[in-house]
Amino acid sequence: MKRLVDIAHAKSGDKGDSVNIGLIARDRSDYVLLEREVTAERVARHFAGICLGEVRRYELPKLGALNFVLTSALGGGGTTSLRVDAQGKAMGEALLLMEIDD
Amino acid sequence: MRTVRIANGQGFWGDSLAAPGAQVRGGDIDYLTLDYLAEITMSVLRKQQERDPDAGYATDFIVMMSEILQECMDKDIKVVANAGGINPLGCGQALLDLAAEIGVTGLRVGIVTGDDVMGDLDRLRGEGVELTNLDTGESFETIADRLASANAYIGAEPIARALAEGANVVITGRCTDPALVLGPLMYEMGWAWDDWDRLAAGTIAGHVIECGAQATGGSFQGAWQDVPDLAHVGYPIVEVGDDGTFVVTKHPGTGGLVTSATVSEQLLYELGDPTTYLSPDVTADFTGVELRQVGDDRVEVSGARGRPPTDSLKVSMAYPDGFRASALITYAWPDAVKKAKAADGILRTRLEELDLDFRDIHTALVGYDSVHGTLTPAAQPSEVVLRVSVLADEKHVVRRFAKEIAPLVMGPPGCTGLLASGRGQPSQVMAYWPTLIPKTAVDPQVVVKENK
Repeated sequence: MKRLVDIAHAKSGDKGDSVNIGLIARDRSDYVLLEREVTAERVARHFAGICLGEVRRYELPKLGALNFVLTSALGGGGTTSLRVDAQGKAMGEALLLMEIDD
Repeated sequence: MRTVRIANGQGFWGDSLAAPGAQVRGGDIDYLTLDYLAEITMSVLRKQQERDPDAGYATDFIVMMSEILQECMDKDIKVVANAGGINPLGCGQALLDLAAEIGVTGLRVGIVTGDDVMGDLDRLRGEGVELTNLDTGESFETIADRLASANAYIGAEPIARALAEGANVVITGRCTDPALVLGPLMYEMGWAWDDWDRLAAGTIAGHVIECGAQATGGSFQGAWQDVPDLAHVGYPIVEVGDDGTFVVTKHPGTGGLVTSATVSEQLLYELGDPTTYLSPDVTADFTGVELRQVGDDRVEVSGARGRPPTDSLKVSMAYPDGFRASALITYAWPDAVKKAKAADGILRTRLEELDLDFRDIHTALVGYDSVHGTLTPAAQPSEVVLRVSVLADEKHVVRRFAKEIAPLVMGPPGCTGLLASGRGQPSQVMAYWPTLIPKTAVDPQVVVKENK
């Protein structure tokens, strides 16, 4: 078992009530592992109770990266969300807490 | 090969006041682009214009230009900024007034208007455009009677047109962020408006620098500890070649870092489906993009692909949507978390007994689990800030909430008093409503005003 934080970095940002998380392999050779282990279903389970919508995954193998879009994930989003992280800036870090098989 | 050097000196309103000057003075650039408008910025500007009809644009832009305008004119650096907000003509006039005041001559300000579609909505609805919320699917009827602003994201063409008409400074209202870069490229390179791969390359170049220092090591999640001298972080520059391939870099001697990792984070920032990045100019595909480190703080970006844009324009609308407030109280060791939770329980009991109509009440324990929620690794902090936030349609409801905060000092012990601005004063919420309209509904205009 290893944590994603050991092999990847991440960047998140908002669009309305959706958040996207770019997950980037630190070493290009680990991209295959990310692609195999970090499925949309796993990410949805990881963010259960936080992401109330769906999770879509997109692959960018040339960048060694995956992009996840999580809908209904920011407590309303924009100016109406009362959350501390209303724009999901730290959701990337939250994804890096996930443990995967290596 | 011909190369155009385009710099970003501002990634959002409130960004570094020093960055634009550093971009002008730190080395050769052809263009300085300044991005002031986040999604919610338009609603802030709308509030300001309600108080003062001459306001409604990024006033910081005028202050900043007072320091660099003469130098930009001397070095023939053209400035492209979406600082116009909801009042680009007012912003342009303020810049001309400034030039007259500080003795800058020969300034030609290109002002792009036409993004404000507030006056066109009744006609569009009559033609069957529904203005449904793009994110939620809600009907426009729910906000029709309280709409405060409606602005279309316009593309690069009017910016290129303003430059062709000799503007040294181009001021726009709402346009896409990448258009600030694509507009100059279209003008300089003379690319065809159906050369989809080059349009995509220019759009991606704009996306890479639109958030300022986020491309050069600012807010870099990958290895923030290793980014040198963030105090003097260099803002990004793209050197774009005629084939659309570009190099991301920054001025020598500045802080920060340009690596494949920093550029990757910015490429993925606020990205949806990477095969379908929508803009009025082109639909760009990021999946063929490759990065190559070609020198210290130099990353080459190639492989952008594009296809024709859709027939729609995105419109961002703002409307007043109730009031909100937050209260902050600090609790100290021992049992800081338990005390904060007990205080929250007391507050919620009292609020419930007042029978007020809140749309949402949210409690966060800052310093404990306010950011990562249930994913937070277990740890007991020695102190914690209780933050309770409310949202309600009526202002008096939020005011009444605020009255319940001070009495909490007689709740659990270890409360150090209220943090600054933590008394829960109500502020009006301006909410955001994204929608689509037909592209044919908008006809961007360019006026060039000269200061002789």
